[in-house]
Amino acid sequence: MTTRIFGSGIRRREDPRLITGRASYTDDIKLPGTLHAAILRSPYAHANIKSVDATGAAGQPGVVAVYTGEDTDGVLNGLPCAWLIPGSDLKTPAHPAIAKDKVRYVGDAVAVVVAETRYQAEDALEHISVDYEPLDVVVSPKAAAQDGAPQLHEDVPNNIAFTWALAGGDTDAAFADAAVTVSDTITLPRLIANPMEPRSALAQWSAAMGELTLWNTTQNPHIARFVTCVVTSVPEHKIRVIAPEVGGGFGSKIPYYADEAITAFCSMKLGVPVKWTETRSENYLITTQGRDHIEEVEMAATSDGVITGLRTTVYAGMGGYLSTAAPGVPTILHGLMYSGPYNIPNISGTVYGVFNNGAPVDAYRGAGRPEATMLLERMVDLVAAAVGQDPAEVRRKNLIPKFENGHDVATGITYDSGDYESALDSCLSAAGYEALRAEQAQARADGRCVGVGVSSYVEICGLGPSQVAGAVGFQGGLWESAIIRFYPTGKANVMVGSSPHGQGEETTFAQIVAGELGVEVDDVEVIHGDTDNTPMGWGTYGSRTTAVSGAAIAVAARKIKEKSRALAAHLLEAAPEDIEYEDGRFYVRGSPDQHKTIQDIALMANVAWNMPEGMEPGLEASAFYDPPNFTYPFGAHIAVVEVDPETGRIDLQRYVAVDDCGVQINPMIVEGQVHGGVVQGVGPALWEGAVYDDDGQLVTGSMLDYALPRADLLPDIEVSSNTTPSPHHPLGVKGIGEAGTIASTPTVYNAVMDALRPLGVTRVDMPLTPEKVWRAINDARNGG
Amino acid sequence: MTVPVEITINGKACSGEVEERQLLVHFIRENAGLTGTKVGCDTSQCGTCTVQLDGVSAKSCTVLTVQASGSSVTTIEGISDGVDLHPLQEAFWNNHGLQCGFCTPGMIMAANELLSKNPSPTREEIRHGLEGNICRCTGYQNIVSAVEDAAKAMGGR
Amino acid sequence: MFPAQITYHRAGSVAEAVQLLSDNEGAKLLAGGHSLLPLMKLRLAAPAVLVDIGRIEALKGVSASGGGITIGALTTHAEIASSDLVQQHAPVLAEAAALVGDPAVRNRGTIGGSVSHADPASDQPTVLAALDATFNVTGPGGDRSIAAADFATGLLENALAENEVLTSISVPSVPSGAGSAYVKFPHPASRYAVVGAAAVLAVSGGACSSASVAVGGVETTPVRASSVEAALAGSDLSDAALDAAAAAVAGDLNGDAMGDVFASAEYRRAMAAVYVRRALGAAASRAG
Repeated sequence: MTTRIFGSGIRRREDPRLITGRASYTDDIKLPGTLHAAILRSPYAHANIKSVDATGAAGQPGVVAVYTGEDTDGVLNGLPCAWLIPGSDLKTPAHPAIAKDKVRYVGDAVAVVVAETRYQAEDALEHISVDYEPLDVVVSPKAAAQDGAPQLHEDVPNNIAFTWALAGGDTDAAFADAAVTVSDTITLPRLIANPMEPRSALAQWSAAMGELTLWNTTQNPHIARFVTCVVTSVPEHKIRVIAPEVGGGFGSKIPYYADEAITAFCSMKLGVPVKWTETRSENYLITTQGRDHIEEVEMAATSDGVITGLRTTVYAGMGGYLSTAAPGVPTILHGLMYSGPYNIPNISGTVYGVFNNGAPVDAYRGAGRPEATMLLERMVDLVAAAVGQDPAEVRRKNLIPKFENGHDVATGITYDSGDYESALDSCLSAAGYEALRAEQAQARADGRCVGVGVSSYVEICGLGPSQVAGAVGFQGGLWESAIIRFYPTGKANVMVGSSPHGQGEETTFAQIVAGELGVEVDDVEVIHGDTDNTPMGWGTYGSRTTAVSGAAIAVAARKIKEKSRALAAHLLEAAPEDIEYEDGRFYVRGSPDQHKTIQDIALMANVAWNMPEGMEPGLEASAFYDPPNFTYPFGAHIAVVEVDPETGRIDLQRYVAVDDCGVQINPMIVEGQVHGGVVQGVGPALWEGAVYDDDGQLVTGSMLDYALPRADLLPDIEVSSNTTPSPHHPLGVKGIGEAGTIASTPTVYNAVMDALRPLGVTRVDMPLTPEKVWRAINDARNGG
Repeated sequence: MTVPVEITINGKACSGEVEERQLLVHFIRENAGLTGTKVGCDTSQCGTCTVQLDGVSAKSCTVLTVQASGSSVTTIEGISDGVDLHPLQEAFWNNHGLQCGFCTPGMIMAANELLSKNPSPTREEIRHGLEGNICRCTGYQNIVSAVEDAAKAMGGR
Repeated sequence: MFPAQITYHRAGSVAEAVQLLSDNEGAKLLAGGHSLLPLMKLRLAAPAVLVDIGRIEALKGVSASGGGITIGALTTHAEIASSDLVQQHAPVLAEAAALVGDPAVRNRGTIGGSVSHADPASDQPTVLAALDATFNVTGPGGDRSIAAADFATGLLENALAENEVLTSISVPSVPSGAGSAYVKFPHPASRYAVVGAAAVLAVSGGACSSASVAVGGVETTPVRASSVEAALAGSDLSDAALDAAAAAVAGDLNGDAMGDVFASAEYRRAMAAVYVRRALGAAASRAG
């Protein structure tokens, strides 16, 4: 029963090539005559370049060419920032691919060597001498915004790239009238995305054709083509970007990087293919990081725990330069979500985007929403503690009541649909919340340090209406397109502009077509990732691929169905309005035996022997889907932890997630996204945080120091879901890619704080590493 | 400064002239052309380069090709012909034990050794057995389920 | 990820290895490679010459030898973790071996390489210090032995001459009826010991007849906790006695504890007492 494929957890169609080691990622691709690039990177976080002498490298074994900023200056244009937040006095200082005069973070590119092998290219780097004049360094985004801080860019006073303000209601009055106010400063450290596949670029320039082909680890090949055109000046239609197999991205493969521009430059200069693949150490230094927020937050509430206001001042680190989408992350994707799932009538916030001497910061899984959810959920717990009520109950009394088609919040946006209380109830019930609290009381009586953390969340995803994108300064559209093409044998290709890289849409997209047209999933092949054979699209990020690209496929499939209905009517000699459709068959109403299958239709449309007057041959449809609104998935999560007060070590014992992402096309894949998302949010609560020292050197420079979640540190995640369809989406879908990451950081953080509360500990900065927890316990014991 | 080496990879003799400093993972990928084995880090932490070297799992980024000369290596391409799948491959597929797939070859090779030493592991034992392999996509849960499932299929219980 | 140029020699015997080391100044020994190659990949080490001793059969395996066992320098952590002889004579060594790195690292990493690297965050040097092991080395002038306490001379420094090869480690059997334990606080990323504590406790007539305790990860070399041992001698190994003894480790730490972004010196010192206490508790429960 093919139609039932939609909504079932069938195994993924992309897996056979992956589990057998037969898939080709960028670094796996070999072109004859390929040369290898290695990039010399600044060891200083902030320095003037007085001179670069590359002559020593030129004669090294295997070296074909060495280029510096002098060579690229005027040939490569600067890297553009593509999210120009309006009304924020945004400054976009130049971002050259290879630094010529000044470096602004450790890892800034200074020169490139092209050699016959990567080993040789690395050897030659050691023979380039650069005379640096070190400058003062600033790492903290708040410190960077102060008068007298070292200035990264001449025309950016106080390093403030932009100031974005938000106001809804009358926040000052809310705080003046509040019976209860709580406040805290929340630090969200820099996070390193760590897709397991390092970034890579392979450029092949054809001088004869004036064509550039770029294999690239990107989440959005069409955007990469557009920006490659901007940076290299090769016309857009002469550039082909191919995202082959891509090994995870989590946002870090959205931006356009200097490295791919440099690789393309080298190929264009030398006329041969050139490949560059980052080492993991390079990845830690140069690939965009996430978060880097210092959030000063206050919440106002009644004595009964009803929230009346929220006020924030946020310093968001941008790193040395503005990455492609960076300004949109701590503003549009962050501040607009300050109401969360709660009724908060009065909200105001100011966000400073600040240059600091570190890797550029951009979208990282959740992008802005984890930072918003963290501060909200922290404040709600503080309110609960202040009014002496259970944190779950305080959440319940503030949740927006169930709505099915639109709810406006004080930040000015309209949620699509929500049933937040049901999600909370489901989660409390799945976790056995009352029993948990009883067990906790017993554990405390036994001298054990057990904590239960609760959080509710709503997120904005399915980005988004293009008109809104334009209004908020995004330098592109946010629609998606799809082409469905049936062949004479009844098999079909679906070409999409989005570019999944692990999310399984080769399967879910085929399930959509199967569901809409009654064909077998195996008769549908999804093509993505190559700008030469896919229609335009804006990429895979922001939990938007199934939501937006999937909708385009559904719309295209419905066009196919209507043409098929007309052709079936013609072949069955009936009126189109008398044709019924069921499960891949078109039949005359009342005579199911008189039918044409979709395969019959595909054959006839392709041979076109007998078409109705005026109907074009072929069975193909394309659709451009521009969503009317964002989608707003939501849920509630609970974590149980035990802290060892002697050491400060934390044991995450249980994690319960209830998510509502609307209609699910493949529940197995949805669950997998929740597992991975939750764990990626547990990381920053307990282990992950990039640390730069006062000189701007990355102390956590490898996987030896930056603690990623490992299998043996985690419990099984207990996952379940509710279904509240999106009212405006053709399939009722919302999106699930980021939900877990958004919810789990505050859930685990709140659990640990809950465990530590009897010891008198009220706050600890993330990540909650053992020593920090141990110190907080000792400080509290010693009277704070 | 190249030296001759010969390594049996997936049952086939692979010989070549390599630099003495070459890492085994690069021999496997560049000389033998088997790109299923990945490079994910440079500190021997992530396990994407895990292969079987003389019968036990090893991180091929932490072995010199010359060290392995005369040895026998099995990579992900060697545990099945790519059509008739190894039970672990089948189980990773059935249990959605992968998303982007980059860690998967190393994860399967590590799991293969785990099951060879402990044919009926508990979930806890599987988690510990995979502590040297990092996955950023799955949260490990379905990987653990896949290994559990493969153990049953392989007759462990 | 791309080591600098090297010249590689595969030594067929210890004598050949010694000769190669003598002939090539600055040459480094290579066994499993799990200490040296990661440094070379990051170009933090760039020895011009490597002498691979990895295939010298004489350096492999565990054997019984008068009153204890002798462990070849090339014996891997995995082999030690699963060795019956180790289990019988020095089970704490097997316990620690099973906690080194991860399975693939344990398959390749050798005890000789690990102790020679002299990383204070390694597990085995701490255990070997508690076990009063002897390190047997061969050089141009013949063989000599080095006490475990004297082997590591500083952070990543050992007592070997440039042209000496560590060939084996002699480990005396723990006393009959003794309980032993190694307890580790692993770094969540590197898996090395932030703090590791090893204890061997023998009991006779309800009282502690001998105690040997060592703690690693805190100072630049493993610390033998003689104050703790003294406090335990003759004690009844009650919780109170173990508490008091573990607290005495402060007296054994000479004040130059290491610190990093994950764990400061102060924290490591505090954890030394906690982990010594836990090792004592586990060892005591296994004694008798």
